[in-house]
Amino acid sequence: MGVDRDWEGVRLHVVTGKGGTGKTTVAAALALALASDGRRALLVECEGRQGIARLFDTPPLPYAERKLAVAPGEGMVYGLAIDPEQALLEYLEMYYHLGRPARVLQRVGAIDFATTIAPGLRDVLLTGKVYEATRRRFSGSRPARTAARIVRHDGVPADAYVYDAVVLDAPPTGRITRFLNVNAEVADLARVGPINRQAASIMSLLRSPQTAVHLVTVLEDMPVQETLDGIAELRRQQLPVGAIVINRVQPAHLPTSALRAVARGEVDTAALQRGLAKLGIAAEPSTVDALAAETIDAARTAVRERRLRHTLSQAGRPTYDLPELDIGDIARLYTLAAALREQGAA
Amino acid sequence: MTANDSVLPPAEESTPLASESTRRAPRRSSPTLPSSLHADAPADQPAPIRTRRSPASARPTRSTPRHRQPTNGTPSGVRAPRLDVDALLMNPGTQIIVCCGSGGVGKTTLAAALGLRAAEAGRRVVTLTIDPARRLAQSLGMTELDNTPRPVPGVRGTGELHAMMLDMKRTFDEIVEAHTTPARAAQILANPFYQSLSSSFAGTQEYMAMEKLGQLKASGRFDLIVVDTPPARSALDFLDAPARLARFLDGRFIRTLLVPTGRGYLRVVHAGLQFVTATMTRLLGAALLADVQTFVAAMDTMFGGLRERAEATARLLRTPGTAFVVVAAPEPDALREASYFIERLIEDNLPLAGVVINRLHLSGAPEISAAQARAAAETLDGAADDDTVFAAAVLRTHAQRMEIAAVEHKRLHGFTVAHPRVPVAFAPAFADDIHDVAALRTLGSSIAAGT
Repeated sequence: MGVDRDWEGVRLHVVTGKGGTGKTTVAAALALALASDGRRALLVECEGRQGIARLFDTPPLPYAERKLAVAPGEGMVYGLAIDPEQALLEYLEMYYHLGRPARVLQRVGAIDFATTIAPGLRDVLLTGKVYEATRRRFSGSRPARTAARIVRHDGVPADAYVYDAVVLDAPPTGRITRFLNVNAEVADLARVGPINRQAASIMSLLRSPQTAVHLVTVLEDMPVQETLDGIAELRRQQLPVGAIVINRVQPAHLPTSALRAVARGEVDTAALQRGLAKLGIAAEPSTVDALAAETIDAARTAVRERRLRHTLSQAGRPTYDLPELDIGDIARLYTLAAALREQGAA
Repeated sequence: MTANDSVLPPAEESTPLASESTRRAPRRSSPTLPSSLHADAPADQPAPIRTRRSPASARPTRSTPRHRQPTNGTPSGVRAPRLDVDALLMNPGTQIIVCCGSGGVGKTTLAAALGLRAAEAGRRVVTLTIDPARRLAQSLGMTELDNTPRPVPGVRGTGELHAMMLDMKRTFDEIVEAHTTPARAAQILANPFYQSLSSSFAGTQEYMAMEKLGQLKASGRFDLIVVDTPPARSALDFLDAPARLARFLDGRFIRTLLVPTGRGYLRVVHAGLQFVTATMTRLLGAALLADVQTFVAAMDTMFGGLRERAEATARLLRTPGTAFVVVAAPEPDALREASYFIERLIEDNLPLAGVVINRLHLSGAPEISAAQARAAAETLDGAADDDTVFAAAVLRTHAQRMEIAAVEHKRLHGFTVAHPRVPVAFAPAFADDIHDVAALRTLGSSIAAGT
């Protein structure tokens, strides 16, 4: 119960990973884990894929914070799908009290321009929205348009943060550093003006100990390599690297002592046939051969996975294992959330 | 790759076993899972999903009668036609193959394997990849990122395989240089806004991949181009990005910026423009807006050319020589993305050849069910000898594999029900990562096997 939590003090969890590694699922499970025991977590997606709605089996999320799921121990996970165009309009309204002018900009295509073409502006808006949600307090003057109505319970100080944690389902590893670092770039491009000022504040949150960038991987060459490259890049930009989450871990059944020999193809099929017989399986030679081949395959996979684990350990970051589960999305999320908590992630 | 070979028709290479006392599992010619999902394609039916005349791709060919082992959980009546990969690759009419699909499904590797197979059948092939794994890039001879196709060493036969990695900034630079005077080009290339646009705008990569594809096609040096699409946010981005860039070039906002502020021929418009410019300045800071305006002014002369090129590459995708191959893994997300892609290709009238399901887990011993294997392994007691302990571990391993295969089978069933007429080919999951020509060859023959 939060005794040994690895990320005490971290309020913004950025979850990245190579495509296909299960980054959205891990982000959702982490949000559930962080919301446990009466806490409030906001799960944010920013790539317009509605992956969160799909996972939680809800209708597509609007550009507004919505209750998504109850976490174990009365906590609550809220969800938000950020739409860059909406975020820009909101931004104009909040900081400039621009209503009509924003619509004019929209008509001439400036909004489209700004959100899709202007370099990094899109990412500035996305990170800006995440920044706003992370920093929002109950006592704040103007809650954002997207804000969920969250009642402050007795005993919660008026200046408490609305969300105990924000989890961002971020762009993939290959783009994460550029995405998080875009504010530094923009601060260079827009050398003065409000965007410059906001960019600087966002950068200071992202580089602070309140942020952790977690990387999701599976035990395959390319994702592992990308994870290590990603960590190196993040470090170069002074962005705080969090944990490595190893997803879809399959149990290994072969004894470690036999692994290398089997991986080299050394299986004594006659002995295997005898062993099978003792377990009550009278297998044809062809079946024994097929089982031997499968076992060699599994041993090779296991040897490779051990090598990759060793490689990952060189990054010197905490790692969490999440099992491959073939159960429905929602049950899976809760199981993975429990696994994350057990390992100290939340 | 030992075990996989056992359930797929002969791949070319086998790994010799280490010792005399061991035996290699014999190959079997009856793929357990895929066959149950395939129909024996009718011989003379029109291509099912192609809406345009185009070569090979979806033409159903009579597959040789296949052994169909009765397996547990095999859905009956659900049959996807088989994608005849060799017919697609060997047909001289196939000039462009676009491999698309979500990230992490092995698209790059698969594109390389298809390219190699076509080359070893005698064609002159180039594969255009976006982001290959380091070791794969090395073994394909792509050690430097110079935006030029390089010959791949170790290709057998009279054909050729070239490989190149897309350098998106350089491709953009080349377009600028080709479309304007050297002085103006230098001005554009030095503009900070251009530098950001050319290296970081989400969509530039897609656009530049299309641009490069057009260039390779125009060069006439190759008779087959295999393109690996960028690892996009969504697979559909690849189709949308060029149009988005073209729209941007035509956009009203660009026109707005292009109107010199001094020429107020329409007072109202002028006032509106000033207001817009003022707001943008407030938002972006004057320096950025100035950069943008300089950039737009410098680019003005080449907008027409760029738009034309964007349209030309879009047309190229619709020519009969193009075939789209959707790559997926038997994972829910990957299959969902593949579905979106298929629907979109059909909707846009783009030539879809079929789907390759990559990394499929198969078992060579389906006669022992997962439950049976688990139950037998459970009977192991503390007094058992080494052989029995090992046999129990083998059975647990087998049970796990059968369970994975069953789960994947279920997912594929759902997929083929949704797309009953889309031809499908399968590639097995390999225990080792594929990073050399020999492994690519094995992968290629696995995909083509049975056709």
